[in-house]
Amino acid sequence: MENLITIKNLHASVDGKEILKGINLEIKAGEVHAIMGPNGSGKSTLSSVLAGKDDYEVTEGEVMFNGQNLLDMEAEDRAREGLFLAFQYPVEIPGVSNINFLKTALNEIREYKGLEPIAAKDFLALVKEKQKLVELDNRLTNRSVNEGFSGGEKKRNEIFQMAMLEPKLAILDETDSGLDIDALKIVANGVNTLKNKNNAFIVITHYQRLLDYIVPDFVHILYNGKIVKSGTKELALELEAKGYDEIKKQFETV
Amino acid sequence: MIAEKSNTTQQIINSISSSANKVSFINDTTLTKALLYLENKGIPNNKHEEYKYCNMDAVFKREFKNIAQKFETVTNANLKPYKLDDAVTLVVLNGNYSEELSDKIILKGVHINSFSNLDDKGKKLIASIADVESDAFIALNTAFSGNGFHLRIEKNEILQMPIHILYVSSSQSEILVNTRNLIELQENSEATIIEQQIIFGEGKIFTNFLSEKFVAENAKLTSYIFQNESEKGFSVNTNQVKVERNSIYDNTTVTLGGQVVRNNHNVALLGENSIAHLNGFFSAKQNQLIDNHTLVDHQVPNCESNELYKGLANDKSVGVFNGKIYVRKDAQKTNAYQSSKNILLSDDATINTKPQLEIYANDVKCSHGTSTGKIDENALFYLNTRGIGKESGRKILLASFAQEVIDKIEVEELKRRILEKAEMI
Repeated sequence: MENLITIKNLHASVDGKEILKGINLEIKAGEVHAIMGPNGSGKSTLSSVLAGKDDYEVTEGEVMFNGQNLLDMEAEDRAREGLFLAFQYPVEIPGVSNINFLKTALNEIREYKGLEPIAAKDFLALVKEKQKLVELDNRLTNRSVNEGFSGGEKKRNEIFQMAMLEPKLAILDETDSGLDIDALKIVANGVNTLKNKNNAFIVITHYQRLLDYIVPDFVHILYNGKIVKSGTKELALELEAKGYDEIKKQFETV
Repeated sequence: MIAEKSNTTQQIINSISSSANKVSFINDTTLTKALLYLENKGIPNNKHEEYKYCNMDAVFKREFKNIAQKFETVTNANLKPYKLDDAVTLVVLNGNYSEELSDKIILKGVHINSFSNLDDKGKKLIASIADVESDAFIALNTAFSGNGFHLRIEKNEILQMPIHILYVSSSQSEILVNTRNLIELQENSEATIIEQQIIFGEGKIFTNFLSEKFVAENAKLTSYIFQNESEKGFSVNTNQVKVERNSIYDNTTVTLGGQVVRNNHNVALLGENSIAHLNGFFSAKQNQLIDNHTLVDHQVPNCESNELYKGLANDKSVGVFNGKIYVRKDAQKTNAYQSSKNILLSDDATINTKPQLEIYANDVKCSHGTSTGKIDENALFYLNTRGIGKESGRKILLASFAQEVIDKIEVEELKRRILEKAEMI
């Protein structure tokens, strides 16, 4: 089977400082990959670079997504091609209602694919269905995007958006940070429900905890801008037991 | 400098006085005072603190060298697209109240008279709020005022329909129009008044607008001002408002067009428990200049004022917000808030903001905040990652920025029209 995404020797810098120093990663549809690593290892940079944030300069390497050169595409086209980033810090957008925002997003994606705009009735039915998945109530759906949402509500809103847009590849950037155990379960349940043989997930996390609920097929350890170790879910447990210091010691000189 | 100043002023006076009718409805003492003040002070240039970013002397020198005062008329058909379905329309044509173009349906308790038709008691009210010795444009307007109107809402009348005033000017040449009105809400009355300037013809039009508004005890005036002139429109718009005890003055000013637009919005809270809300949104583009000056004068205790001004400046345009709040010594327990938020949409655009609070009372709650920045790149990126393109993302963010002010407008038809125009930002 072909890879959904192939990352080859990816180097990226911000303000002249190199953060990613040669990332290699291959993901197939149906897989869940966890990327773990200590603070400052480049986890969030990787997700931002893949999503298309301008602040980062790719200095070397390539990323093929769905048979296309991802790095050549604008952020919105990456999304339209089926890439989704669940933000670590979702942005508050006062004055833009969650529901109108989602409708615009959905319709721009449909337009890109040559489809008619979604009928109002179908859209509302879809909202209702997906809302349930993350237990997001109407009150939040109708409010301005993320404005005044609690940390947990923001993260659930990210998963709700993901459910609405049905991406091929979703990157969850520390979705577990700032979540209590109940919210964590809701988020994980949402992801598990959406998971199928045609899509894939990259779960970026600092802790093993989330991986009890979203069970990864592969675990990669990112340190100092490189994937220094890959394995199966047992690697996460090992890491949890030994802590990051071991990794740091082992790969300090890398 | 002095010689240069009076040059412009003298030229203006010369070019308009030959065609102007004698102002019969303002007493001679006031007229003389106005003319003297105007001649002494001159049209303000950028050395004048209040006109620092709005050099009107230069505007006249550059754009109005050949004022010809050749006015044209308009028909009802010309005005139809501007009228609202559910409002009474009043029309002022080239500075003069036009009974012919105005709606005949006059609401109960609403009295409208051209200045020249007023009795002596009515005439005395004219120029009683706007001090001719406080600003050159007030003086200019007073000395050469068009035959505007006095609108009076009788006491206890609650108007069920808004009054929409169209100030229409039309010319093929350069003209200066001194449009003026006096709006009086008597005790316990309520009205919604929409004011809009429209220009026709190929000529450049300078409108020197002056409105005196008086809100008596327990009255409520909701005022909407919609400015959307073409690049041939230049204006100074002065609103001089007096608010009495237990009354509310609620204004929203939306400026989407005009080459040079200067608004002087001055509100005096004269009676206890009175409230003023001043909201504004402007969008400047190309080489436009949009300058909002507001003044809220808290003269007595227990009053409240709340101000929210938002602006966009694109291309090489300039936006200005200057908000003054006076809290006089007696005005204890004042609540006064002011906020100005702006977005620069190009590297060549400029926004100048200046909050000015002068507080002489010691038991008050006052705050102000101002911010000017670029469009929120993080928010735009967030929209992009959901498949929303750069251009529509930008539109969504700007619309939401404007919405906070535009939502204050409770006349749905007007709000819809403004939103349609704002779409083109």
